[in-house]
Amino acid sequence: MVDNIKRQVVFDGKELDEFDPAVAEDIKRNVALVKFDELKAWARTSSFWPLSFGLACCAIEMMATGGAHYDFDRFGVMFRASPRHADVMIVAGTVTSKMAPALRRLYDQMPEPKWVIAMGSCATCGGPYYRSYSVVNGVDKIIPVDVYVPGCPPTPMELIDAVEKLRVKIRTEAKGKRVGLE
Amino acid sequence: MSEQLLNKAEQLLTTIVEKIQSKAGADAIIDSKLNFNRPMVVIDTSVWDNELATILRNDEQLQFDFLSCVSGVDYDNHMEVVYQFYSIPLDNYLMLKVKTNRQEPSVISVKQLWNTADWHEREAFDLLGIRFEGHPNLTRILLQDEWVGHPLRKDYNIDKEELGLD
Repeated sequence: MVDNIKRQVVFDGKELDEFDPAVAEDIKRNVALVKFDELKAWARTSSFWPLSFGLACCAIEMMATGGAHYDFDRFGVMFRASPRHADVMIVAGTVTSKMAPALRRLYDQMPEPKWVIAMGSCATCGGPYYRSYSVVNGVDKIIPVDVYVPGCPPTPMELIDAVEKLRVKIRTEAKGKRVGLE
Repeated sequence: MSEQLLNKAEQLLTTIVEKIQSKAGADAIIDSKLNFNRPMVVIDTSVWDNELATILRNDEQLQFDFLSCVSGVDYDNHMEVVYQFYSIPLDNYLMLKVKTNRQEPSVISVKQLWNTADWHEREAFDLLGIRFEGHPNLTRILLQDEWVGHPLRKDYNIDKEELGLD
């Protein structure tokens, strides 16, 4: 964001290069100018708080991502047990028709702004249960999804990549551009 | 498996067959053999009643006091309920298969004798539609109460759009 400093900005009626060089250096280092929307996006993407929504074996990989080896915390991603604290829902696993109303309800309980990551084949399209009598073919039949992660189950690296994709998406949208498939 | 144990299993199979035949008649047994070195007996649902079940559980030589599992199977022409018994004092196993027809499958409930049967029978009813006569609470256990049909039957038509899942 330091790059965003406009050199010709006027402080206290003076151009930047009119200051004492040490002060000018301080200003360059410590003052950043950015659009408010982009600032919000920066803050939001630096601390995702996902709702821990493990439904099947994908949850094991999600837990592994949260564990010491992959360490989700270093990205500011911390799992919350309550939808009221969360802004990202990682749907990790098979969504059955019996679970669907509960999932919708939890999504509705999350405060805005909120995003959804569909983790694994089951959550994206039904996966191996595509023809089963009890499995919803993709969580996007119930709630809007931002990022789809393929895999059965996806590895922790892929989930970290999904969070990175979501981060890029939010920051790009904050700049007023659209992301997604054409 | 040692010969000694094999002999023991063969003797047990003979004992079980004799006990069932002395109670329900000589033609009560459809099939009996050692299945993976453990006794397996196939009978019809008309033979399988509370008295016979009580013999299996309480008879001195049998004492099958533990029911490990009850499962339902849909073959194309008939249905089967499979019981896995174990005798804790005698260390014996028995697999009992009860055949029933496919149109109105019905088998007695053994919930009063082995409590394990309670939920297992409800599951078989839920997914296959096998009725367990005498079960105190034969309702769906896995699916929603308002579900139509029994999805693990071979002729169940899975239309995901109709179910609202696709």
